[in-house]
Amino acid sequence: MSLLTTLLQVAADLAPIAKMGAALGAGIASIGAGIGIGNIGRGALESMARQPESTGDIRSNMIVAAALIEGVAFFAIVVCLLVVFI
Amino acid sequence: MRTFLLSITFLLSSLWAVSSTTPETEQPKHETTSHSEEFNAGHMIIDHIVDSHEWHVASFGHTHFTIPLPIILIDEGKLLVFSSAKFHHGEESYQGYKIESDRKAGRGKIVKVIPETMETDKTASRPLDLSITKTVVGIFITFILLLIVFFQVAGAYKRNAGRAPKGLQSLLEPVILFVRDDIAEPSIGKHYKRFMPFLLTLFFFIFFSNLIGLFPFFPGGANVTGNIAVTLVLAAFTFAITTFIGNRSYWLHIFNPPGVPWWLKFPFPLIPIIELTGVFIKPFVLMVRLFANMTAGHIIVLGFMSLIFIFANMNPALGYGVSPVSVLFSVFISLLELLVAFIQAYVFTMLSALYFGMATEEHVHSSESSH
Repeated sequence: MSLLTTLLQVAADLAPIAKMGAALGAGIASIGAGIGIGNIGRGALESMARQPESTGDIRSNMIVAAALIEGVAFFAIVVCLLVVFI
Repeated sequence: MRTFLLSITFLLSSLWAVSSTTPETEQPKHETTSHSEEFNAGHMIIDHIVDSHEWHVASFGHTHFTIPLPIILIDEGKLLVFSSAKFHHGEESYQGYKIESDRKAGRGKIVKVIPETMETDKTASRPLDLSITKTVVGIFITFILLLIVFFQVAGAYKRNAGRAPKGLQSLLEPVILFVRDDIAEPSIGKHYKRFMPFLLTLFFFIFFSNLIGLFPFFPGGANVTGNIAVTLVLAAFTFAITTFIGNRSYWLHIFNPPGVPWWLKFPFPLIPIIELTGVFIKPFVLMVRLFANMTAGHIIVLGFMSLIFIFANMNPALGYGVSPVSVLFSVFISLLELLVAFIQAYVFTMLSALYFGMATEEHVHSSESSH
């Protein structure tokens, strides 16, 4: 434990670690967005395959849901940008 | 046989490219100082995203063609109006002000200087800056375009009453009907006509601003919707309208939601506090979603373009080699950005319509527990 505190005292400026944290955060947010939007795509394509005549309705709702999930992912991006630039 | 020869050629050429970029250790490292402006991708990208007091139109070698924009300052009751050309691209101070150039301390903003020097007066407060900046000119351009297009369409409807639409009218009619039939009417219900002017203006302003921001040339290229102040105002309009037209049932659902157990509301009003933060968070999310989408798109395109210059700094041959790939990716991302421009306008307008619908909903309870 004292080794850790000594190391941290030496590396008094934690800015590089903060930047690494920001990059990791952006990456993890992308994983979340990818999984979420992939699920939406899967559900949309399966339902379009079951009932081709409702393709138009399903497509619009799919795009709306994808935009909402992307909004959440962009929150994470904005927080990471704040960490890097402020 | 052919694939074997191709793979050997590829391997050898990549080895040659890598070896010719390893730095020569015999020469002293003074190349970067003789080359006065080393390309810094991060700085170039940030400078293209943020607002500025002059509009840089084109550069030919060392001659830059920029449009200086008016600066309007209010400082301790005094109003100052002058052209930003007086600042000579941030190299001189004028009447005690200069454009800050320190990247860590508010670059691009107007600050007071210590008299007779070019140093920032860090103890003085900054003047109130009401200048016409690049983003404001971008808003004006979108606004003039909207006026031209829609007065023409409205005039065409008057002239062609009863006949089939033609020209600009037939281009915009499907989009206007899309906003009415797929955004306003399903979300708001019977009284959608009240909100149509706002929703149409919102949709077309965001859509045209997004598209104009994708042009690399003047009058395009001003990052209007990628400026969080602009999206803040748009979201503030939605918030203001939702708050002022909220009917009794809407506020009741926020402060005293039916069907929620009493112990979540009485000693400590947990659910009302959560619902109240929701009232503020929904427009906030609208603002961040539009801002982040547009800014991220611009950063990606600028990043692919700067890839060429980053590689060219290492070795000119690499710069030429990566150009086709980089340009192809930029074209692909720009096409995606066209789609994103429309989708973001659609989502912003649709969520605003949804909030208006929720605020004016006539709710009929059959019984409390069924909610």
